Amino acid sequence: MHNMETTESNIQFKPETLKEIDRIIKQFPEGKQKSAILRILHMAQEEFGNWLSVDVMDYVSRLLHIQPIEVYEVASFYSMYNLNPVGKVVIEFCHTGPCCLVGAEKILKHIETTLNIKPGETTSDGMFTLKAAECLGACGYGPMLQIGETFYENLTEEKVDNLLLTFRTMHS
Amino acid sequence: MPKVTIDGHTIEVAEGTTILNAARQIGGDLVPPAMCYYSKLDISGGKCRTCLVEVTKGSEKDPRPMPKLVASCSTPVMDGMEVGNKTSAKVMDARKGVVEFLLINHPLDCPICDQAGECDLQNLAFEHGASGSRYEEEKRTFEKIDIGPNIQLHMTRCILCYRCVNTVDQITDDRVHGVLNRGDHSEIGTYIQNSIENEFSGNVIDVCPVGALTDKTFRFKSRVWFLNPMNAHCKCDKCSGEAVVWMFGDEIYRVTGRKDQYGEVKDFICNTCRFDSKDLGKWTIEGPRHIERDSVIGQGHYELKPADNVKEIG
Amino acid sequence: MGRKILLEKINVEGINTYDVYRKEGGYEAVEKALKKMTPDEVVEEVKKSGLRGRGGAGFPAGMKWSFIAKPEGVPRYLLCNADESEPGTFKDRYLMEKNPHLLIEGMILSSYALGCNTSYIYIRGEFMWILRILEKAIAEAYSNGWLGKNIKGSGFNLDLYVTPGAGAYICGEETALIESLEGKRGNPRMKPPFPAVKGLWQCPSVVNNVETLASVVSIINNGGDEYAKIGIGRSTGTKLISACGNITKPGVYEIELGLSVEEFLYSDEYCGGIKGGKRLKACVPGGSSVPILPHYLVTKTAAGEQRLMSYESLADGGFATGSMLGSGGFIVFDEDQCIVRNTWNFTRFYHHESCGQCSPCREGTGWMEKVLHRIENGHGHMHDIDLLWDVQRKIEGNTICPLGDAAAWPVAAAIRHFREEFEWHINEPIKCLEKNYGLVKEPELAV
Repeated sequence: MHNMETTESNIQFKPETLKEIDRIIKQFPEGKQKSAILRILHMAQEEFGNWLSVDVMDYVSRLLHIQPIEVYEVASFYSMYNLNPVGKVVIEFCHTGPCCLVGAEKILKHIETTLNIKPGETTSDGMFTLKAAECLGACGYGPMLQIGETFYENLTEEKVDNLLLTFRTMHS
Repeated sequence: MPKVTIDGHTIEVAEGTTILNAARQIGGDLVPPAMCYYSKLDISGGKCRTCLVEVTKGSEKDPRPMPKLVASCSTPVMDGMEVGNKTSAKVMDARKGVVEFLLINHPLDCPICDQAGECDLQNLAFEHGASGSRYEEEKRTFEKIDIGPNIQLHMTRCILCYRCVNTVDQITDDRVHGVLNRGDHSEIGTYIQNSIENEFSGNVIDVCPVGALTDKTFRFKSRVWFLNPMNAHCKCDKCSGEAVVWMFGDEIYRVTGRKDQYGEVKDFICNTCRFDSKDLGKWTIEGPRHIERDSVIGQGHYELKPADNVKEIG
Repeated sequence: MGRKILLEKINVEGINTYDVYRKEGGYEAVEKALKKMTPDEVVEEVKKSGLRGRGGAGFPAGMKWSFIAKPEGVPRYLLCNADESEPGTFKDRYLMEKNPHLLIEGMILSSYALGCNTSYIYIRGEFMWILRILEKAIAEAYSNGWLGKNIKGSGFNLDLYVTPGAGAYICGEETALIESLEGKRGNPRMKPPFPAVKGLWQCPSVVNNVETLASVVSIINNGGDEYAKIGIGRSTGTKLISACGNITKPGVYEIELGLSVEEFLYSDEYCGGIKGGKRLKACVPGGSSVPILPHYLVTKTAAGEQRLMSYESLADGGFATGSMLGSGGFIVFDEDQCIVRNTWNFTRFYHHESCGQCSPCREGTGWMEKVLHRIENGHGHMHDIDLLWDVQRKIEGNTICPLGDAAAWPVAAAIRHFREEFEWHINEPIKCLEKNYGLVKEPELAV
């Protein structure tokens, strides 16, 4: 049900991240620091390998002075958090109605064939994880996918091929 | 004090009383069933939707009916409010739907479930359910897990009432179990292997409306309707010591809190009383426990004189 | 050419920066309000404008504001709902990305009106780059004295922050948004109490959509009466419509409410007609939750009147023959699309997004998805259609929050108008995998 694989034994945010976290916690009234959890989990995911291990979540619970279960409850609710290890590049491909009207299913098939994985899986070289995402709010520009913070829109098979190549080069 | 009429019965209740509690004050058949609301908890209710009722008149001031059925456990009464429960066809139809929703992923393993005979879902299904299922798909299942040495969690049976989470929230600051994941993947769990270590953790078994949380010291020992429940008390420095011991002959099979007709305990009892006090010598037996619930365990005639028994059967 | 209010300056070079925004007349509404108007007068203008919530429900904004409780010594919060995730809707994103200061200015005005000294923008986690755009703009507003303590010497203080979600459609529901902002799971709350009484951290709160708050700027600049002159009847002002699907020109358009659907769909100024010269099959005019309309009910109502882009006209005929303006997510289907497949797809979405708290939604959405999947893939039975109808009926109205309704309506409308297509899937289990059904026939009107 959960992944006990650890990230590193001594988890610690970079000093500049800790400073940023401090700034974020101050946006909320005293005692309401739990409100910062979603943003901190995003930062944790970015800094500790694209996913949230138990160790990382426990670390966040200590930073926020809350029980670990409160972090697990939140982390497992929101679909952007990965609770298992993922590839270096996480592809969130939108497969909701409006995108499908303009050919998203065909593009998704193409990605599946190219990478030889299904949604939810990671390529054997650990490079790509493919996630089928629900509506990402780019319905007029579909088919589309998100990698990191960037939206790639109006996709064609050719565009996808170039994109995968670019990321493969960037990360190998 | 606001006056409310439920299924034609009028009662005056304290300001802020919910429709459900007003109905309970009237009592009888018109009380809506509640699978998630639990009056002993500070926070509960609203989720299962079995207690939905129809408000046909909002109040004396604003007599308009409410557009949707409302959860009676979390809707306060207004003066002059008129409510339909059993008399409302809409409510009966919706409730039938809710029962069906609760059952489509429920294993219906009553024959091997410890809760059978005192299960709220079983009672609800008996009263409002259909005889067959329209659900053709595979049901969702989970592995059984232990959350502590004496409590087993069988998530497959859970109806996500949140009572156990709210209970632990109320009795301790160090909650270790909660609701994980989302939608119909939601589950009660600890995420990592963990046990609820609080002295009162056993109460999650008593508040559970189904057989998702069971007492490992009692599992598979007996069907509940073969046991004689006795009011008993003991000297306990952690809790009131007032409990019900469930006996077969001279042996105590299990210990629970004292539950009323709505399945709610009078007091939360401690784990020592619940799990570690199966020795008859520890308890002062007060006498047979009258089971007020309309359930299989309520059908036992042990507290009646033999003559009455014969009469009933005859 | 319709009047533009929200998108008037959208193409001005550098409008996303403070300097250009200010040069173009930005923050003049704040100046005006803080110098010449009391908070109640701001509320009054918004009431006069007739502005209705642009997030989907269409509740009058001024009236919503007037509900906020004002207990002594308790802070009040204005929360901007930027959790745009209704399939078909991508308008707020466009506005925030291109013109972030317009939202900030609207929030300052609205916070002033409500007496809030701290306000938050809750933005969906996938829009992290827009969060950064907003934070940059907020920093500019602070350094130019539009945020912080004693704004422009008025004595009014306001802190404004942006905070992200993390992938949960349900957080667009206002009480789920509040829970999420408190750092919890996005489980909607039971109402009452309403957020206006007990919202964020149990304090009185108002949750408004991005577009609603941005619209306040022009209402204060030009007066509520001027705003109310735009539009038709109770549908005042302009509305952003995000158009997508099988049209020539998908994108975000600002329309004056009351524009005809025909003009919006077919004129070159807006959607530019169905892509590739195909025929229209259906349209979901207000985001995936609202009822789908078959081709013969899109541009005209059942009574044969011209259908307009307004709250009232789109709802004309009720659910039997109408739909809703909703969030303005305008989804167009050409003749080659499969209604069953799309209904299954939408239902999968709601199943995925159900928070799981209450039983009808948690269990019912998944059930509907499975049945629809079966029908779409040629394994359906005729009784499945009635089963679907019954399941959606038992979800609708019986859940804690509107997600249950949002999941039920698309299924109900699809069966209502496209029943023959469902039946065809069941009768032709092999053919339905190879081709699509095409257009449904217009039922003959009872004379």
